[in-house]
Amino acid sequence: MTGLDRFILKKKKLITLISGLLIVTAFVSEMGFENAQIFIWTLMIASIIGISPIAIQAYHALRVKVVSIDVLVTIAVTAAFLINNYEESAIVTFLFLFGDYLEMRTLSKTRSAIKELTEMAPESALKQMENGDFKEVGVDEVGVGDLLLVKTGAKVPVDGTVLTGEGHINEASITGESLPVSKNKDSKVFAGTILENGTIQILADRVGEDTTFGRIIELVEEAQDSKSEAERFIDKFSKNYTPIVLILAGVVWFFSKDIELAITILVLGCPGALVIGVPVSNVAGIGNGARHGVLLKGSEVIHDFSKVDTIVFDKTGTLTIGNPKVADTEIYTDQADKILKYIASVENESDHPLSKAVVDHTRVTKFYPVEETHVVKGGGIIAKVDGQRVVIGNVALMEQENIHLNDKVRKDIARFEQNGNSLVLASVDSEIMVLIGIRDQIRHGVKDDLIKLRKLGVKNLIMLSGDNQGTVDLVASELGLNEAHGHMLPEDKLTFIKDMQSKGHIVAFVGDGVNDSPSLAQAEIGIAMGGGTDVAIETSDVVLMNSDFSRLPHALGLTKATANNMLQNIIIAVGVVLVLLFSVFFSDWMNMSIGMLVHEVSILVVILNGMRLLRYKINL
Amino acid sequence: MQKATIQLGPLTCPSCVKKIEGAVKSFDGVDKESVNVMFNSSKVKFDMDSEKLQVIDVERAISSLGYEVIKSQVK
Repeated sequence: MTGLDRFILKKKKLITLISGLLIVTAFVSEMGFENAQIFIWTLMIASIIGISPIAIQAYHALRVKVVSIDVLVTIAVTAAFLINNYEESAIVTFLFLFGDYLEMRTLSKTRSAIKELTEMAPESALKQMENGDFKEVGVDEVGVGDLLLVKTGAKVPVDGTVLTGEGHINEASITGESLPVSKNKDSKVFAGTILENGTIQILADRVGEDTTFGRIIELVEEAQDSKSEAERFIDKFSKNYTPIVLILAGVVWFFSKDIELAITILVLGCPGALVIGVPVSNVAGIGNGARHGVLLKGSEVIHDFSKVDTIVFDKTGTLTIGNPKVADTEIYTDQADKILKYIASVENESDHPLSKAVVDHTRVTKFYPVEETHVVKGGGIIAKVDGQRVVIGNVALMEQENIHLNDKVRKDIARFEQNGNSLVLASVDSEIMVLIGIRDQIRHGVKDDLIKLRKLGVKNLIMLSGDNQGTVDLVASELGLNEAHGHMLPEDKLTFIKDMQSKGHIVAFVGDGVNDSPSLAQAEIGIAMGGGTDVAIETSDVVLMNSDFSRLPHALGLTKATANNMLQNIIIAVGVVLVLLFSVFFSDWMNMSIGMLVHEVSILVVILNGMRLLRYKINL
Repeated sequence: MQKATIQLGPLTCPSCVKKIEGAVKSFDGVDKESVNVMFNSSKVKFDMDSEKLQVIDVERAISSLGYEVIKSQVK
């Protein structure tokens, strides 16, 4: 490319401005002073200046065998110029250039949400060099195993482990949660998070694109450019479309000998709004999601999710917090304090979630020494405390240990189960002392969120869980679910989803992304409650950052709005082309300039329409 | 084969995508199937054989089409 080419393309904005001014001058001189000479000359100059960048682009396109819009416009303008229609040639080039400028401005707005995200990527790091000093280097120069220093206010450059120092880190870029998290030796830290106070030295575990933040960025970047079936079709179509328009114009010219008509067809045939409409909705929709902690993996996902009529939930960790707490207790002894201390001491030996719940509940902090601890798998725990034999566990363990359950205890057990408790019995020297019921709490606000999902048109809300049916039924009735099934293994969940699909339902599965990956993969839409975990990000179609359930209605509403927006844009684009083609053949008001104006306006309309999605908020 | 990523200045028209795609595919040593020009993120990704060409050659071809090349990465 010669220097002149490059200069002209660089000065496109200036050229647009000059061309506009010349056109204004032309019309002022004609109307104000009736000076036909100036009128013609200024328009001629405007045409020549204006067409130069377009023609250069057209030439580049033809060199790589692409018939681009620039090619069509260049031919049309040149022809208009040759038949001395300077008014048309000047106005068309100006409109094309000006439209181009406005498109650039508005497009960068629609992309702004995702740009904000990628700009949070760390760029430099303080790396320990061979002489022991820390030196600032580009983040590309950091390798796994390097020792890095992070100071207050700086971005953590890699995923790593804290070696020394402590501080508070804002992890909003990964989890969406802006409350700072305390970090000290051996804590994991993530690239892209910000050290709000303190100083830490970290060992790099993962760098660059392998970090969690790197994965998120790559995922979003790929998502915004991923293409659905429909888009690939439009792409193929538009590839052949411009050459066809060129041929059509040639044929019209050959038969009608009407150059004006032929070049008008060339301008009208530009496929602008159709090609740009869907990608614009896509990028704005995904950008809105990224801002609100919802990662949508591409336009296919948007399309499928917007059509979901059945949502299947995992229970623990999804609808419930996944952190069981003691809800009910019955005490059958008058030495409650001492017995509870025994129980806490024994339970403290185990890291089972139920044991943890019991210890937390008793609030005991000083424990008895425990001897002869024996953990019974699937049953409980047996140990000696203060010379007495303590057995803690479920009903099966009590029966196995020949501990008698009297009528009162049996009645209480039935009542506890009905309330959806998991049971823990505690006996001292073969006598039942305490019955404890433990329940997982339903997440705050889940009920309202489910109502919103129904309002968005989801017909079936179903819960599947590995827990006992009593617990499952209780949660289901509290939340108003359509169906709830307990005792489900991961493969049962998978079969259940396949069944629903074979009945014609479009299913989304919401799970924690770890043990439910088969179901996440099987469902049309797999939604992971991911606190920024790799598995969640990899296996699912939609990721709710920071495990925030309340983002689910927003995600569904957003995909519906985005799918709608795409459809609107396609209708606008196709409608405009049809109206233009109809008018060129059946009306007399259509000419090249009006055609170009309508064409550019329609492009701006679809971009502005897409931009509305950036402001989308669920409103129920 | 190595993976190359070239970050471009913002792309504004879908026909730019076609042009850049055509230019990159015209190189011997570029795996044609792998060429992916991303409109919204304004990036080109492709697999290349670094024995046959340098990424700088591709960068030159793209900038001679009139598009700004911001940075590139090969690995």
